[in-house]
Amino acid sequence: MQEYLNTFIRSVFMENMLFTYFLGMCSFLAISKNVRTAFGLGVAVTFVLLVTLPVNYLLDNYVLKAGALLWLGNVFEGVDLSFLSLIIFIAVVAATVQLLEMVIEHYLPALYNSLGIFLPLIAVNCAILGGSLFMQQKEFPTIGIATTYAFGSGVGWLLAITGMAAIRDKLQYSDIPKPLKGLGIAFIITALMGIGFMSFSGIKI
Amino acid sequence: MTEKDKLILFNPLGKNNPITVQMLGICSALAVTSKLEPAFIMAVSVTAVIAFSNLILSLIRNTIPSRIRIIVQLLIVAALVTVINEILKAYAYDVSKQLSVFVGLIITNCIVMGRLEAFALGNRPWASFLDGVGNGLGYAVLLVIVAFFRELFGSGTLWNFQVMPQSFYDAGYCNNGLMILPPMALIIIACIIWIQRSRDKELQEK
Repeated sequence: MQEYLNTFIRSVFMENMLFTYFLGMCSFLAISKNVRTAFGLGVAVTFVLLVTLPVNYLLDNYVLKAGALLWLGNVFEGVDLSFLSLIIFIAVVAATVQLLEMVIEHYLPALYNSLGIFLPLIAVNCAILGGSLFMQQKEFPTIGIATTYAFGSGVGWLLAITGMAAIRDKLQYSDIPKPLKGLGIAFIITALMGIGFMSFSGIKI
Repeated sequence: MTEKDKLILFNPLGKNNPITVQMLGICSALAVTSKLEPAFIMAVSVTAVIAFSNLILSLIRNTIPSRIRIIVQLLIVAALVTVINEILKAYAYDVSKQLSVFVGLIITNCIVMGRLEAFALGNRPWASFLDGVGNGLGYAVLLVIVAFFRELFGSGTLWNFQVMPQSFYDAGYCNNGLMILPPMALIIIACIIWIQRSRDKELQEK
């Protein structure tokens, strides 16, 4: 139990996808102008991470890794398909997003209408593919831990984009030098938030 | 090369820079700019991927059904990135270790997808190839500038050679540890945007 909690807290705060690795910056900057839509996108990202990461975990451990195909018979002992992992991972992500889009459109039209435009964009959100690649690098012991990591990363991303949207809401009323308006000030705020999140990195668990 | 080709090639270097103006490709780039060498290799890889994926997609653009085009684009890019990843592992192992997951993340780099969608789908192969090279170079210029400042002030070195003379350190100069931290990359880019937009008033946002 403690291990799950540790993984969760670490992935939300200490290894926040956005502020420590800058993954998913493009949609973060483009869609953080309004708190409601930002929150919706955050939820969608969390959801897609939660679906794709365990699937990729299973694929990595039972198909791609060196010797992972052993369950098919001894002939496959020396097979190492890890060079295919990039293509397989992105295919899983793109297919999942397409599938999710159809399912949500059919069963939850209200949610679809509020997320509609962002859903296809999620396929190219770096945070999603990044989650799978980090999962491969960190070599999680069980699928449970990997799923917790996916959930934590998603929640961390959600926190970041909602916070950013809230700040940008207030920013409309402040007097910023003209050349810095828009993109420039958004970069500086993200940097400051990133420095803030760094204070978590001192925590040892 | 005609006048129009030149425009396609050189516009992304300044007025239409993918990072500072089009707001694309910030994702995977910032974490690799703490040193000049990985930043340069990353920039070269991204340029190669954009140029060739633009070329390939433009060649087959009339045969792709538009509903599944995103998956087709992702597969083209993923195949190219896999090739680059294997090449880096074979010839520049240390740098590929340093770049870790960020080579793989070129797949979801918004510049690649953005240019595929915005340009290669509607233009002829040669123009698309030039557009890819131009945008890759625009990205490269920015990456190298950021890495230059971060490495110079953060570690006192450039391309792993000591640049800051020892006499500076003897006189009490210290490397600025803050420059090594990832958030500084954002602040440097913000400064570049500031300079660019105060010189070119058309780019300012209302």
